[in-house]
Amino acid sequence: MSLKSTLGAATALGLIAASSAYADSHSPSITIATVNNGDMIRMQGYTDTFTEATGIAVEWVTLEENVLRQRVTTDITTKGGQFDIMTIGMYETPIWGAQGWLVPLDDLSAEYDAGDILPAMAGGLSHDGTLYAAPFYGESSMIMYRTDLMEKAGLEMPEAPTWDFIAEAAAAMTDRDNEINGICLRGKAGWGEGGALITAMANSFGARWFDEDWNAQFDTEAWANTVNFYKNMMDASGPAGYATNGFNENLSLFQQGKCGMWIDATVAASFVTNANDSTVADSVGFALAPDNGLGKRANWLWAWALAIPAGTQQEAEAKQFIEWATSKSYIELVAEKEGWANVPPGARKSLYENPEYQKVPFAQMTLDSILSADPENPTVDPVPYVGVQFAAIPEFAGIATEVSQEFSAAYAGQQSVEDALAKAQDITNEAMEAAGYR
Amino acid sequence: MATKASRSAARLMMAPAVILLLGWMLVPLTMTLWFSFRTYLPLRGGDQGWTGFDNYVRFVTSSSFWPAVSTTLIIVTGVLAITIALGVLLAILLDQPMWGQGVVRILVIAPFFVMPTVSALVWKNIFMDPTNGLFAHLWRFFGADPVSWLSNAATPSIILIVSWQWLPFATLILLTAIQSLDSEQLEAAEMDGASPLARFFYITLPHLSRAITIVLLIQTIFLLAIFAEIFVTTGGAFGTRTLSYLIFQRVLESQNIGLGSAGGVYAIILANIVAIFLMRIVGKNLDT
Amino acid sequence: MARSVTTQRKTINTTIAWIIGLLIFFPILWTILTSFKTEAQAINDPPLFLFFDWTTENYATVMERSNYARFLWNSIVIAGGSTLLGIIIAVPAAWSMAFVPSKRTKDILLWMLSTKMLPAVGVLYPIYLLCIRLGVLDNRVALVIILMLINLPIIVWMLYTYFREIPGEILEAARMDGATLKEEILYVLTPMAIPGIASTLLLNFILAWNEAFWTLNLTAAQAAPLTAFIASYSSPEGLFYAKLSAASTMAIAPILILGWFSQKQLVRGLTFGAVK
Repeated sequence: MSLKSTLGAATALGLIAASSAYADSHSPSITIATVNNGDMIRMQGYTDTFTEATGIAVEWVTLEENVLRQRVTTDITTKGGQFDIMTIGMYETPIWGAQGWLVPLDDLSAEYDAGDILPAMAGGLSHDGTLYAAPFYGESSMIMYRTDLMEKAGLEMPEAPTWDFIAEAAAAMTDRDNEINGICLRGKAGWGEGGALITAMANSFGARWFDEDWNAQFDTEAWANTVNFYKNMMDASGPAGYATNGFNENLSLFQQGKCGMWIDATVAASFVTNANDSTVADSVGFALAPDNGLGKRANWLWAWALAIPAGTQQEAEAKQFIEWATSKSYIELVAEKEGWANVPPGARKSLYENPEYQKVPFAQMTLDSILSADPENPTVDPVPYVGVQFAAIPEFAGIATEVSQEFSAAYAGQQSVEDALAKAQDITNEAMEAAGYR
Repeated sequence: MATKASRSAARLMMAPAVILLLGWMLVPLTMTLWFSFRTYLPLRGGDQGWTGFDNYVRFVTSSSFWPAVSTTLIIVTGVLAITIALGVLLAILLDQPMWGQGVVRILVIAPFFVMPTVSALVWKNIFMDPTNGLFAHLWRFFGADPVSWLSNAATPSIILIVSWQWLPFATLILLTAIQSLDSEQLEAAEMDGASPLARFFYITLPHLSRAITIVLLIQTIFLLAIFAEIFVTTGGAFGTRTLSYLIFQRVLESQNIGLGSAGGVYAIILANIVAIFLMRIVGKNLDT
Repeated sequence: MARSVTTQRKTINTTIAWIIGLLIFFPILWTILTSFKTEAQAINDPPLFLFFDWTTENYATVMERSNYARFLWNSIVIAGGSTLLGIIIAVPAAWSMAFVPSKRTKDILLWMLSTKMLPAVGVLYPIYLLCIRLGVLDNRVALVIILMLINLPIIVWMLYTYFREIPGEILEAARMDGATLKEEILYVLTPMAIPGIASTLLLNFILAWNEAFWTLNLTAAQAAPLTAFIASYSSPEGLFYAKLSAASTMAIAPILILGWFSQKQLVRGLTFGAVK
């Protein structure tokens, strides 16, 4: 190609491109922002079913979790109106609901049966008793462990183990020569990653984020115990580089048979027992998240839910979609096409009453875990906030991400646990002061 | 040579570009300045009024500020040093006669076409992952323990990723410059018995100084703003929080627009300090 | 190049250059290879180099899940549109800087470059609010304009350096023959500067194509380019190396191919005035 013709072609292409930029199409449709998790991807696949039934076209904006959060937060706080439905979690919903940024979901149809939503989920997605987001799936956290390795180590997993047992079992299962790590836990910085695990864990150690006057509590014995226990156990029995492992990294490790135990989201159960992806699918057991005998277990509570930003032009259509996607019949549709183990879990009571679903090996343990989490009273000592692995205040995400970065640096051996806790204390108090709490 | 008429025509022709850029600079800058003096918390009822210099004081007294500044400078200078040093060597190498020169050139410039997000994702997952990454396999093959790149050597890893992206750019500019070097001069020096090293330091390097300056200037502008590479790989953990990442955390993660805007003003000041510094060198080197 | 070179030296040069070239290219090659593996093969220990069952299932999955054509088209529109618009605005400016220089020309040039130093995250909210006010969120025209503004300083600078290499006498001669300013630019200057304009086009097309902050934050469904496409494949649940590799390959392939075909122009044209 000669220089001139290259240039000519480029110019022509550019002109076509530039002129077509004016021809944005405006077909009547709803735009949904969602996270690229497996259940949502599956939902995308069934969009046609919805469109056929209702005539409403759906545009998906599927993003990785961090990008999604950044994107929808910018849009809702500025009232940008880019999305008709946003996929958000238990952290955002009550805060945004209180601001009046979300459309209340208090007029869902009788057929939808809003009373069937698990109370723990409905509670976490409400503000002042009004539901602002419908749970697509809900989760707690629990222990997933390798029954074969546990047996080989000569141990037996109790239904509700203690942290001491977990540390002991992790050490016993670790086999460095065969690349088997006794335990895999999140260590990755980010409030929804390692931050969630360590906060839930701290609850079981009797620690808390804030006292009742919003003073940071990282200078307490309980926090020091939590982080030290975590680091010691992970150094002894965790995988290399655990300070950068999040949910996904640990999932791969577990599926490849490189973890003896893994304490993480209950939704992971369907991935690790799926023989297509998991090499250990037939030897996975489940147990409640551990405790320290203080009355609180180290399990969290979370839901990915669909919410409608106030001010959208397509409120009715958006509601129709939410009713479809979080309905009982959607669950049946997925069950019919892909089996009961793959339906979105943790949102509806009726699912756990279904005899077919009860046959799924992790169903009961998921429900038990969800029921044992209490966002209203998450800690041993009283706290002024709601939320198990987070505090439902607008400042938390920012603070907890920075705090968890300090922790991750300690896990990686770049600073001592004491230094990390001291910095966490400063960061938190600094930010709470800036926000006017103290 | 320039007549009065052509001078006013020239001004007219420059106007669109200047006015547009002035607008692009002033509008956001004014808004940033305005926000930086206000308590603006979108999740707490939005703009809550005037707050004086509080945001500026808070941003600069935060324990994260100075580490962020030094991280920024370390990453920028690290990448500059690597890309310029390797760029010069690569340019000299690619200028030598060889078979398949065109193909090699293509291989070398390819990373420049890769989106920063993609390159960060690929490096992080497929290469630097301590369990499944290619480096981990390589280390294990030699009997060594895999390195947790993005936690234990986070800043060097990011410098590596960014350098990989920008090496082609440096190489390209330096290669163009080296091709314009008068080869007879080199030959004459060779005849006079100058060693290859001497030829490099007394002929090639001085000839390249102008090109090096330009690489320095352009890359600095882009490197001060790197974001995707950090967002994807470490999220600012392990001492990789640059100034622009800190601003991101304040604005988007903490939802404190006022504080973030004050940070933005500091970043502009830092960029201008660097710019003045650079322009001194460039000005000296670009004078014709 | 008049130097005579021994075959031995040429062989050594070739060997070293090829090793380094392949080393630098390796991450891209490996990504492309990985995109043809299954997820399990992608993390196989030891890594599989060439001898595995090649599969295109990842591409099929990606094509089924995402409207690749739309992302691609948006990338082309945004990168192409912003580059062209930038050139149209920059040519006159660069012309006047090169041929009617004043004392302030260099200052203006450097000031233009300094506008690139505004940290994007710092002005996200102002720009977002502005876009809402103007009703141009998720709009390709808005992105064309914003990316044009971001790259305009580079375009002006590049063109300025090319124009300066054109001897002023030629323009004088054209003027003597009675050419108007418009004719002078269109028929004398531009043809002579075509190699320079071509490499300016290319470089800025690449920069605009790879811009991942504004294109991600100001778009939703309609105007989202390939940078947003990638964001839906990074770190999902489960094994994802192969799918990520396939998506990455699809995102960089068009620009990589363009770059390869035009590398001669790039090598010749990327001088930024460094060659005197």
